[in-house]
Amino acid sequence: MAATPDPAGTAKRLLDWIDRRFPLSVLWRTQVAEYYAPKNFNLWYYFGSLALFVLVIQLVTGIFLTMNYNPSSTGAFASVEYIMRDVHWGWLIRYLHSTGASAFFIVVYLHMFRSLLYGSHRKPRELLWIFGCLLFVLLMSQGFTGYVLPWGNMSFWGAQVIVSLFGSIPVIGGALVDWIRGDYVIGDATLNRFFALHVAAVPLALVFLVIAHLMALHEVGSNNPDGIEIHDGPKDPQGHPLDGIPFHPYYTVKDVVGVMGFLLVFCAVIFFAPTFGGLFLEAPNFEPANILQTPPHIAPVWYFTPFYAMLRAVPSFAGTQVWGVMVMGASILVLFFVPWLDRSPVASIRYRGPIYKIMLTIFVAAFVTLGLCGLRPPAGIYPLLAKICTTLYFAFFLLMPWYTRFDRVKPVPQRVTGHG
Amino acid sequence: MAEQVDHGRRRLLTAATVGVGAVGVAFAAVPFIASWEPSERAKALGAPVAVDASKLEDGQMLKVIWRGQPVFVVRRSKAVLAGLDNHNNLLADPNSKDSLQPTYIKDSGPARARNPEYWVGLAVCTHLGCSPLGAFDPNNAFQVAGVDLGQNWPGGFYCPCHGSKFDISGRVFKSMPAPKNLTVPSYTFAGDARIVIGEDETPKT
Repeated sequence: MAATPDPAGTAKRLLDWIDRRFPLSVLWRTQVAEYYAPKNFNLWYYFGSLALFVLVIQLVTGIFLTMNYNPSSTGAFASVEYIMRDVHWGWLIRYLHSTGASAFFIVVYLHMFRSLLYGSHRKPRELLWIFGCLLFVLLMSQGFTGYVLPWGNMSFWGAQVIVSLFGSIPVIGGALVDWIRGDYVIGDATLNRFFALHVAAVPLALVFLVIAHLMALHEVGSNNPDGIEIHDGPKDPQGHPLDGIPFHPYYTVKDVVGVMGFLLVFCAVIFFAPTFGGLFLEAPNFEPANILQTPPHIAPVWYFTPFYAMLRAVPSFAGTQVWGVMVMGASILVLFFVPWLDRSPVASIRYRGPIYKIMLTIFVAAFVTLGLCGLRPPAGIYPLLAKICTTLYFAFFLLMPWYTRFDRVKPVPQRVTGHG
Repeated sequence: MAEQVDHGRRRLLTAATVGVGAVGVAFAAVPFIASWEPSERAKALGAPVAVDASKLEDGQMLKVIWRGQPVFVVRRSKAVLAGLDNHNNLLADPNSKDSLQPTYIKDSGPARARNPEYWVGLAVCTHLGCSPLGAFDPNNAFQVAGVDLGQNWPGGFYCPCHGSKFDISGRVFKSMPAPKNLTVPSYTFAGDARIVIGEDETPKT
């Protein structure tokens, strides 16, 4: 007679059954359990996994928001208020989503800064960096289209300003703007297509690009604060790098700690300051869109203000304001070229010389100052400050081939170091 | 007999197939791209709008919507009109050469109006489409949107988004983000103070 089935044996047989049809165990082993990451990750290495975590928050809360949202110029504002007041826990889901948008940008800006610190954009990680830049562009388009959806007065006038940017393109500008709006003004047609882009097209592209970003990462392996390749270093008898540790359990556990720290701050904002003093949700957006009344001061949400300040910093000449638009476009485009602009013999800031450290400090100061300028009305000291900081922003990137090459560097160690 | 593979022919056929496929994709994309154009309904909603401006006092302003865009109608005093020529040196395009308006407006000089008493123009900043604010009092230092327009402010419009300043004929000052004067739409008078926006001539009936 057959013995009572062994439950462990059943699970094993089920896994075998799956493995013959789908490479489940292989994927787990190669991508997680035996993906060797450098053992010297520090605080900066939390932000990649946190970005993934925020993406999941945005996808889940976004799906639940669409269930009660009405994408029409007559119903959008009321439906958002309905979510906030009458839908059970609707306020929480909406604040998770609106605060999640700001959290996404904070995490991604820190994630990108990490690359500039430790040279994570450098060979062989150029494509990884480019996928990241594309993700940043998609994230910006998500931020913009999402901000229009509540159809508050700032949504409306923000859309008016940003869509008009395309009108400054010579010859085709006017027709292009009509094409984007689907009407001669920002209206129902515009809101509906932004909704379609925000909930279907861009999220799909975002998820696929995240997968490509991770595939590229796992192909070349993670960088680390010393900027040296662990796979070029000594290996154990199994061929695993001595300076690497398996992603699971070491970094899965570490990233869970990061998620907990993130959630502490994130929940505090949601429960105690969901509008964050007008930075995450602006006051004029709590009144419905009004075509006759531009808010007295239009500022985009904080994560766009550095780029917005650059747009405003450039005066129009030769009868067109296309130059400001070009500068703003170039400020994003230049990011894609960083792997080739950086000519330093070393990757990590730990072994770079004083010039790079000074330039990076100036760059961060200029970027933050631009962000502050973009929040203020274009008067007083701010236009001049924005012009200076725009110049510094571009100087950091465009002078990089020279100052990184001639900078003094320290000798790079053979193995990753303990500190950090 | 050994199979003979004609690689040249195979490449040609592959290229031809890809080429035909690409043309097919391009044609298939047309309806999707064209679906973003303003719909027939949106195009139909462009009829002229009539405004009764008789109740406006000097220095007062009306905003009406025409083709979904806000339009200013401002009543100007004789004193303001007399001062229009005094600040030409501060303007980027005092004669409206590079700006958009019907020829009869362009030929009307600094007033930029069919009847100088009423100024009509799109309340859409030529920079990025915000709606400028009226700041008509030339005598006092004018505070608008937290910005001091200064003791010498001649009166006009101020765009709160990016700080562009226009005079009371919608002419932009020098070194402003806005590249052109405020656009003036076609309009005509169907009576002393009845303005029809969107038509060049009063229909003869």
